[in-house]
Amino acid sequence: MTMAPVIPGPPATSPAPLALHGLSVEGVNQCVHCGLCLASCPTFSELGTEMDSPRGRIFLIKSLAEGRIGLTDSTVAHLDLCLDCRACETVCPAGVPYGRLIEAARAEIERQRPGGAVRRAFRWLNFGLLLGRPRALRAAAVGLRLYQASGLQALVRRSGIARLLPGTLPAWEALLPSLPPAADRAPLPPLTPALGPRRSRVALLTGCVQSIVFGAHNQATARVLARNGCDVLAPAGQGCCGALNAHGGDHARAIEMAKRTIETFEATGADAVIVNTSGCGAHMKGYGALLAGEPAWAERASRFAGTVQDVAEFLAREPLRGPLAPVPMTVTYHDPCHVVHGQKIRRQPRHLLAQVPGLRVVDLPESDWCCGSAGIYNLTQPEMAGRLLRRKVRNIEATRAEAVVTANPGCILQIEAGLRARSLRVPVLHLVEVLDRAYRHA
Amino acid sequence: MATLAVDRKSALRRELESIVGRDGVLSDPDELLVYESDGLTLFRALADFVVFPTCAEHVAAVVRLANREALPFVARGAGTGLSGGCLPAEGGLVISMMRMNRVLEVDYDNQVAVVEPGLVNLHLSWAVGPRGFYYAPDPSSQQACTIGGNIANNSGGPHTLKYGVTVNHVLGLEVVLPDGELVWLGGKTRDALGYDLAGVFVGSEGTFGIATKIAVRILKKPQAVKTVLAVFDQIDQASAAVSAIIARGLVPAAVEMIDQLTIQAVEDAFGCGYPRDAAAALLIELDGLRAGMEAQAERIVAACRESGAREVRTAADEAERQLLWKGRKSAFGAYGRVSPAYMVMDGVIPRTKLPYVLGRVNEIVAAHGLRVGNVFHAGDGNLHPNILYDPRKPGEEARVVAAGAEIMKVCAEVGGSISGEHGIGLEKSDFMPFIFSAADLAFMQSLKAAFNPTGLCNPGKVFPTKKSCVEAGPVAYRPHAIEERGLAQRF
Ligand SMILES: Cc1cc2nc3c(=O)[nH]c(=O)nc-3n(C[C@H](O)[C@H](O)[C@H](O)COP(=O)(O)OP(=O)(O)OC[C@H]3O[C@@H](n4cnc5c(N)ncnc54)[C@H](O)[C@@H]3O)c2cc1C
Ligand code: SF4
Ligand code: SF4
Repeated sequence: MTMAPVIPGPPATSPAPLALHGLSVEGVNQCVHCGLCLASCPTFSELGTEMDSPRGRIFLIKSLAEGRIGLTDSTVAHLDLCLDCRACETVCPAGVPYGRLIEAARAEIERQRPGGAVRRAFRWLNFGLLLGRPRALRAAAVGLRLYQASGLQALVRRSGIARLLPGTLPAWEALLPSLPPAADRAPLPPLTPALGPRRSRVALLTGCVQSIVFGAHNQATARVLARNGCDVLAPAGQGCCGALNAHGGDHARAIEMAKRTIETFEATGADAVIVNTSGCGAHMKGYGALLAGEPAWAERASRFAGTVQDVAEFLAREPLRGPLAPVPMTVTYHDPCHVVHGQKIRRQPRHLLAQVPGLRVVDLPESDWCCGSAGIYNLTQPEMAGRLLRRKVRNIEATRAEAVVTANPGCILQIEAGLRARSLRVPVLHLVEVLDRAYRHA
Repeated sequence: MATLAVDRKSALRRELESIVGRDGVLSDPDELLVYESDGLTLFRALADFVVFPTCAEHVAAVVRLANREALPFVARGAGTGLSGGCLPAEGGLVISMMRMNRVLEVDYDNQVAVVEPGLVNLHLSWAVGPRGFYYAPDPSSQQACTIGGNIANNSGGPHTLKYGVTVNHVLGLEVVLPDGELVWLGGKTRDALGYDLAGVFVGSEGTFGIATKIAVRILKKPQAVKTVLAVFDQIDQASAAVSAIIARGLVPAAVEMIDQLTIQAVEDAFGCGYPRDAAAALLIELDGLRAGMEAQAERIVAACRESGAREVRTAADEAERQLLWKGRKSAFGAYGRVSPAYMVMDGVIPRTKLPYVLGRVNEIVAAHGLRVGNVFHAGDGNLHPNILYDPRKPGEEARVVAAGAEIMKVCAEVGGSISGEHGIGLEKSDFMPFIFSAADLAFMQSLKAAFNPTGLCNPGKVFPTKKSCVEAGPVAYRPHAIEERGLAQRF
């Protein structure tokens, strides 16, 4: 019979704050190991392995910080497989700040093991080059448009060549959005004036990726806000908020981008900063914590974070202003992770949809489960992303809804791809598009 | 850190993989580390492998392999247990049931569901809910714990007061016995013939074999439910109210007590509507036929008021009711807001002794320089003092263990027991002599020997042990406080 070995336990000394290379992970000590989060975690529920559960990952991060384990391939794989969807934060009674812990762990992974050449090139392309530089992103968009317009994309999709592409490229290909025509990609005017009695003066984050691919969302957002009495500013020169960098472990650049974003928006003097993408909103609300270590910025960042609002959160504060035309359709609502878990916004979008005449909203089972998009997760972890996407599509099919409404471009791309793979003709709309439709036809 | 020689270990790994597949075996040190504890972090033990079967045949094959190799093995569900029950106390295999989580069949006419053991408790109620049914045993961990873990620990929950514990809801089980044989105990109907072996298996804490299918009763959802929150400025008033309710012959479905420290933690967590300044609150639920419910509720409200309640209110709608229960059921986890760790006790006492025992608990814990939060099944007299501590502070774990022992002693002295529902596991095995004579224990040992003659199935649990290879706290082995005082001995 074998004997269990004596385990080198955590040092029985006075508590010293736990950190990974300067980034605090003291939050791990809030986890009391109750396990109440397990069944809410998508990766755990798919695999049943506790290293792929919130409790397990927290334990890995804690053990890393305590020096009980090192960053082995296996540890990296389990931490990488986390969606950062934060469903665990919603259910955790102990208030473990999971999102901050996984970001610190990812920064440590980046520091210790920046990965192979492909991974580095991918990061550089995304984080360094494109996201920080709107113009480079626009140039890439033109390339994409050409690829689609030339018929090359249809050919690639039909031929199945994509499956022969290396690594995660097939996933990339399947996700490529159909790029909207130039009119929708045109930047918003610096000011869209309020209609009717003025309620507020707001500034809109037009974002990096979605200003190209989803310019229509920004235009719809501006119109709906204007209809509800807002002067909508779209400050020129805004770049990326840094969310993808932070989630991916690129801490240094995330800080730079946060500072630039704060400066740009402060200069507008707007009452609120409105965001219509989930990851950006959740991330910007966390600027206070992100910059807490820099005395010159800490307070300024928290003040700024207090002005950031998701578009649904902002609109739901007052009844929608009429007139609204009927939108006779049955839809179902998918909760983007960083809206529902990251910002705890669950009631508001449903409340807004309920005010649209003629619109029938049916409940989506597991509506607050990640669809697998999760930032760039669908590109880095195509297998798990695919499993979660198929689960999402099964749930959508069961509702028999005519359209899916959600509130985040990443989810829209992902769910569209999933529906396309099942040959289902169910459009996926941003919440603001539904509201905009009701206003436009009124 | 491997305890097995390297080449034996890799040969074993290959053989396990041939049974459950490559992605069904864990042996990396960081992965095994994650499985070192359950919901009670006071104890830790490392397995050599964690194995993930997907069917009964896998389980049987793995168990036969373990027998051939004389390797200990233990089943693990969600690992929410609070007594170290699923820890591999002597190394060997942890057999995770989490990939066997299907609802296999539901017979609504006869109100029976057959499920796999890794199914999450609440998911069974979700599965049969649309047809108006539910599974009654509702441990507070029901959103995560498995039916397999529930049967092993004979788990209870708030509604145990009216509906009984798990054993009252299990009809039969398919079990892989400790020698690898696959048998059915009991049946899928209520009148199985012969010895009630299913009843014997339930509560055996994973030492009689591994359940692979479980037939349980499902109940029709009650026609009406009413949930009352009573708020008190003194704990003793709340205790008195519990007695007053039961004395009036009322049988609520649940009577739960929650004290101030706990109220504040769950309010921080979810803002459930418990008043932060209350010394204690009772959450009382009535369910059943609509007719007569109003009258019963009035009598309960009256009993609470007469006992000194400062406020009594009824949940206005289902949303408020859910929120109150969410607070109650998240209580253990919410202690993370006030302390990095806690140890939950599970004593059972006669209801009339509530004020005395709660008073003693506070004294004992304070004498050890620690804090305690109480949230428990008051109607059953099933206490859960949660002793809060910081494992990083030298000496605190030892003080927790000592205080825990004293509390269990008090429970035993007033005619109660050391565990209501969390099982004996590793944690309370050395306290069994508080309750049972040597002859009692020897008889139980002989029953265990009938199921588990080699002792390979979940060793080191339930019975007092001479050796302990499990690590509790900073040192590998430390005699329990009572052992030092000669109150109990290891054998
Ligand atoms: C927040 C919280 C609240 C809780 N509330 C309650 C409560 O109200 N009432 C209550 O009774 N308990 C409660 N518990 C304790 C715990 O949840 C229960 O004991 C539960 O039944 C354990 O289930 P599990 O799946 O987590 O099992 P585990 O912890 O994984 O295992 C428990 C035992 O079951 C055995 N086991 C697991 N699966 C099988 C199987 N298939 N065949 C044979 N043996 C098996 C294991 O070997 C072990 O001995 C609570 C725990 C927490 C963390
Ligand atoms: S993360 Fe929260 S819910 Fe999960 S085990 Fe830790 S304390 Fe419990
Ligand atoms: S963030 Fe999502 S995937 Fe990651 S541990 Fe939490 S629930 Fe699981």
